[in-house]
Amino acid sequence: MPASSKNPAALLAATLVAVLTVLPLVVVTSKGLSLGWDQASEFLLRPRIAELLRHTGALMALTLPATLVIGVGAAWLVERTSLPYAGVWRMLLLAPLAVPAFVSSYAWISWQPGLSGLGGAVLVTTLAYYPFVYLPVAAMLRRLDGADEDVARSLGLTPTRAALRTVLPRLRPAICGGGLLVALHLLAEYGVLEMMRYQTFTTAILQQYAVGFSDAAGSLLALVLLVLCVGVLGLEVGARGRTRVARIGSGAQGEPPRARLGRWTVPSLLGLTALVALALAVPLVMVVRWLAVGVQDSAIDVGHLLTVTASTIGLAVAGGLGALLAALPGAWLLSRHRTATSIVLERATFVASSLPGVVVGLALVTLTVSWFRPAYQTIGVLLLAYVILFVPRAMVSLRAGLATAPPELSEAARSLRLGGPATFARVVLPLALPSFLTGFVLVALAVSTELTATLLLAPTGTDTLALAFWASSDELDYVGAAPYAALMIALCVPLTLLLRRQIVEER
Amino acid sequence: MTVRRRTVISALLALTASTTLAACGGGDEEYKADPASLQIYSAQHHEITDAWARAFTAKTGIKTQVRSGKDSSMGHQIVEEGASSPADVFLTENSPAMTVVERARLLAPVDATTRAQVPAAMTPSSNAWLAIAARSTVMVYNPDKLPADQLPTSLMDLAEPEWKDKWGAAPGGADFQAIVAGMLAQKGEAATASWLKGLKDGSKTYQNNIATMKAVNAGEVPAGIIYHYYWYRDQAGNKDGTQNTRLHYFKNQDPGAFVSLSAGGVLKSSKKPQQAQAFLKFVTSPEGQKILADSKSMEYAVGNGVASDAALPPLASLQAPPVDPFTLNSDQVTRLMTDAGIL
Repeated sequence: MPASSKNPAALLAATLVAVLTVLPLVVVTSKGLSLGWDQASEFLLRPRIAELLRHTGALMALTLPATLVIGVGAAWLVERTSLPYAGVWRMLLLAPLAVPAFVSSYAWISWQPGLSGLGGAVLVTTLAYYPFVYLPVAAMLRRLDGADEDVARSLGLTPTRAALRTVLPRLRPAICGGGLLVALHLLAEYGVLEMMRYQTFTTAILQQYAVGFSDAAGSLLALVLLVLCVGVLGLEVGARGRTRVARIGSGAQGEPPRARLGRWTVPSLLGLTALVALALAVPLVMVVRWLAVGVQDSAIDVGHLLTVTASTIGLAVAGGLGALLAALPGAWLLSRHRTATSIVLERATFVASSLPGVVVGLALVTLTVSWFRPAYQTIGVLLLAYVILFVPRAMVSLRAGLATAPPELSEAARSLRLGGPATFARVVLPLALPSFLTGFVLVALAVSTELTATLLLAPTGTDTLALAFWASSDELDYVGAAPYAALMIALCVPLTLLLRRQIVEER
Repeated sequence: MTVRRRTVISALLALTASTTLAACGGGDEEYKADPASLQIYSAQHHEITDAWARAFTAKTGIKTQVRSGKDSSMGHQIVEEGASSPADVFLTENSPAMTVVERARLLAPVDATTRAQVPAAMTPSSNAWLAIAARSTVMVYNPDKLPADQLPTSLMDLAEPEWKDKWGAAPGGADFQAIVAGMLAQKGEAATASWLKGLKDGSKTYQNNIATMKAVNAGEVPAGIIYHYYWYRDQAGNKDGTQNTRLHYFKNQDPGAFVSLSAGGVLKSSKKPQQAQAFLKFVTSPEGQKILADSKSMEYAVGNGVASDAALPPLASLQAPPVDPFTLNSDQVTRLMTDAGIL
């Protein structure tokens, strides 16, 4: 196995992975159109679809700007001002990532039952998703060279205008990237919206599944959802623009100037405190409160809790490894031969990053029940769904990792008469291992809180924390749901620590 | 340095590999259709199905496995699985899902001795399945928001403008869809369609019966349409979700007095037809019905001579409308609800 020349096995494997990830699109489209054009258009051109579009649109129109303002504002306060205790805030502002959005929704609705509909949905999703914007913007702010601002000020601009003219344009890719994540999550969100009684395409698809199993109507709804996702992706490409962000050449990087907050210090601190209290303290306090009630009434079935945790961890580990293995051929090809083919193969897997779990779940139910009956209702199909959904997360990490092991090193190893596999094990793997682990953890954590694909695909008897939590919280059994919520939060804490590195380490 | 790193790597790999193996092993143990066991597809509450399955196995030595799901999706699932369905027995919460399977000609007739265990009115005219439990439609209301003298006389009234935003329901669920199927059988398509339009415009949507009931209790909405047993179960417990509420029975053979039958049937494709029939016979026998009555599920027992939980008003006193359950058509209900913009 040559390390750097053409590698048919890797190419074949990468092609296979790309085909698998595009499969749900094909299944959903063909099933949706199996009704025939007339019936399909009749189904789609009715007031109900317009209503779902309106709901989805209203949610986006309110939540997206809110997350952008909060995310960018908080990042700027922490990274570019004289805000006291910046290190603490950096951590606290990221911490809501450890609370799955549907857990946070459970906390809010059990505290304020009247909080339903659009208002509640916007509140909870904004608080749960703003870190998607905060994280990349904060990382970018730390990375940007301060010299440009100095130049701008030396040309007579006020500090504010200098920042607006030099910093803001460079934040555009980070802001757009974060906004894209928020938008895709909003399209795929189920738990929050179901609990808030606010219907969007994802909740409608699950309702359609409950009524008709894997019928064409569900696939048509899924198809609309996919079109919306692709639309969002397109908008993001347009909005990101082509601004150059990278610095040319090396050299000492100027420490960016920090704005003096002065009399704005107290209001800023109050604002951030309110944000953290709403996004973090409310869910944590409510989960602990319901947990305490459960402990007091000894209503917690510890045995079941342990079984569910074990099967969740098992699925998470298997899903993480599966996604790593699936991402490896493509990432390898890309790091070794940046050809048109390898780029197409990579992009294909990224289509999956916009696929909502419910679409993949529905597609795999339809596919297995009609064509691959032996695989139907097996753990294997559930794992396949996880791989399809989360392969991009593994891919991003793997690419970065393999880049740290350049082909020249492999060639040197081979000139020392090491075989292909040995070269990989002794040269590539040790260098790339940290990024492999990052990719693995990212996927494993995503799996452990995944809800919609798991709802549709989990073979009976397999219970996960997310499923058990959902079953209880859907029946408004807040006490019963609390232990599962607490465990999911506990599992997600490492993710937050891992992501914090992303902001801090880049310098 | 290299050696130590390699040790760490192999240790990590060994750890993940063993965890994966353990995880897969655990998964297999939990669910894989065991050819030696009777396969029960159940949309009934899993506590009751499990209790029946356990007692049946203890009595007959026949092993059982339960796969749980929801009424309609499970019914359609069996239809899609067709003749190769792993299911031997199908239990539902409401009968329309069973009718879906029946219309696909996938059900074997129920043994006559089994049918003799429940009243004739509790079996469809087709004899393709039979009732295993029953649940009644009720209106739960909050007397602080809706004085008793303003209660509606008919479920049909709720579509009127004066009821706008004063009632809640969970139209996405099979329970509610069974009530609509009863209305459709009794009042016809035109009346049902216009009632559904009233529901779409004038009611508040909740995710299920429990959420509807708790919203009424909290005063979010004055009244809600649910099944009786959610209320009685809460009353038997700590009354958290019902202390501020009362039940209103429509009676007078109104569509709002509809009694829905939970159904049990045997699949024609079953490879264990005798054991499957035996299970259905056990479920509807006095012994099986007593398990239901004692389960605190608060559903009505339907077996001849078996008393339901003492807290419940007698089934005969509810004056349910006479409907042949064979005629309940969930696909038509789905279509009407789709047309009304609810689904």
